[in-house]
Amino acid sequence: MSRYMLIMRGTDETNAAMMASIDESMAATGRFIEDMMKAGVLLAAEGLDDPGRGVVVDFGGEAPVVTDGPYGETRELFGGYFLLDVATKQEAVEWATRVPAVRGSKIEVRRVAEADEVPPGSEGNGQI
Amino acid sequence: MGTADVEAVWRVESARIVAALTRFTGDFGLAEDAAQEAVAEALVSWPRASPANPAGWLMATARRRAIDAIRRRAALQDRYALLAADPAADRTIDPEIDPDRIDDDVLALMFVSCHPVLSREARVALTLRVVGGLSSEEIARAFLVPVPTVQARITRGKKTIAAAGVPFELPPAAERRERLGGVLSVLYVIFTEGSTATSGDRLLRPELAYEAIRLARTLAALQPDEPEVHGLLALCELTAARFPARTGPDGTPILLEDQNRRLWDLPAIRRGLTALAMASAHPRHTSAGESTRGLGPYGLQAAIAAVHASAPSVEATDWDRIVLLYETLGRVAPSPVVDLNRAVAVAMASGPAQALAIVDDLIASNRLPGSHLVPTVRGELLARLDRRPEARAELELAARLCPNQPERSVLLRKAAALA
Repeated sequence: MSRYMLIMRGTDETNAAMMASIDESMAATGRFIEDMMKAGVLLAAEGLDDPGRGVVVDFGGEAPVVTDGPYGETRELFGGYFLLDVATKQEAVEWATRVPAVRGSKIEVRRVAEADEVPPGSEGNGQI
Repeated sequence: MGTADVEAVWRVESARIVAALTRFTGDFGLAEDAAQEAVAEALVSWPRASPANPAGWLMATARRRAIDAIRRRAALQDRYALLAADPAADRTIDPEIDPDRIDDDVLALMFVSCHPVLSREARVALTLRVVGGLSSEEIARAFLVPVPTVQARITRGKKTIAAAGVPFELPPAAERRERLGGVLSVLYVIFTEGSTATSGDRLLRPELAYEAIRLARTLAALQPDEPEVHGLLALCELTAARFPARTGPDGTPILLEDQNRRLWDLPAIRRGLTALAMASAHPRHTSAGESTRGLGPYGLQAAIAAVHASAPSVEATDWDRIVLLYETLGRVAPSPVVDLNRAVAVAMASGPAQALAIVDDLIASNRLPGSHLVPTVRGELLARLDRRPEARAELELAARLCPNQPERSVLLRKAAALA
């Protein structure tokens, strides 16, 4: 059993499409969340506020530079996540295919590294 | 799509498919067989061509296999042969899952799998396979038994259900609470086998504990007003939160007092405390039909686990509260194991001499014969009282009685240290 994060990646266009039918999309997401709860796999789910109201802290220079607004030139926007507790990666992927996502958006499936793991690429065997 | 992909879809869909098919055929065993045939077909055909809608494919295929089975069965009996050949008969089995009904059907499936006519082994095997979506191979691996043993338990279980004429429905109101207790005890058996393996060379089987937690979450989502469901979920989450600290890198058990509490799983502790709050929020109905606001046996055990989970160290643990909780648990659900645990808490709160009196009472009434736990606790208490030769003899006795290899090694090491 591992924890996986399904990361919602939209664009300005998909966000606009979602907002155009926000009631439907909220209802579909609600049903999806309920399905995951009844399957005993959902640990957490959050949706993020408008990226325009966010702040970017840029570590490109000597000191961090704080700017308002979205990522700037980046097209893909991180819009929210579902955190799942599943037996296998395939199961996380199966749930990801069921997310009621807007056409054009993407979902990234990433495993949560556990505390007792050596990060991949560092010294040690890296596998548990 | 490969085997792991098929298994993943099955894991997500199994309970719903078997529940819907049982509803439409009225035959739990037939539904389970048909569903298993569909998975077997998926394992062959999906690697060649992935279906556009894997979940729908499984449901439709399982439905066809169920109809085939009904036809085969009916063909043996002439007077049903014509009826079964009627194409209209197909329409009596709806391939779609009825969203208004499926929650009750999954719940009914849990009640059937945990039915009191079944042996304990059959309940565990059926629940894991039918509701949890595990294969016989996975169940066999988890319980260290041969695959044919698991298969036989499932086959016998299905026959028992059919022979007893167990209906596919939610138990009537009068039986509901007692039957729910039966479901909870099956989930608890699965969890405890995962958290303290009764045999074998590993102390923990986290994958099995995980299955129990997952099933408890399902039950909590389907029965949100039942405090003991949340109590069991809280107990499992809070106990599993300590798993990362309970064994060393080589699998050696690490006692509570020596555990690195920074390894405890904080999000799991938070989930456990949330579930415990849910257990406290609903009135509980006792077997006598009375309504009480007090926690039930699982909720009380979860409350004890919560005291440990919130303590920075063994010394800074609120042992008085734990003693009180064990006293309440002893009244709600009397058991010699609860008395033994209370003795351990009393030793921490008030000293080993008082605790030894409780253990000696237990021995005098011979309420836990043959258990390694009694001499384990007695040995520890005697060691704290500096009665070393007696302590050593008790710990050696405990080691002889202990079925778990890693635990046995710890007991023998302790006994040797008292020499």
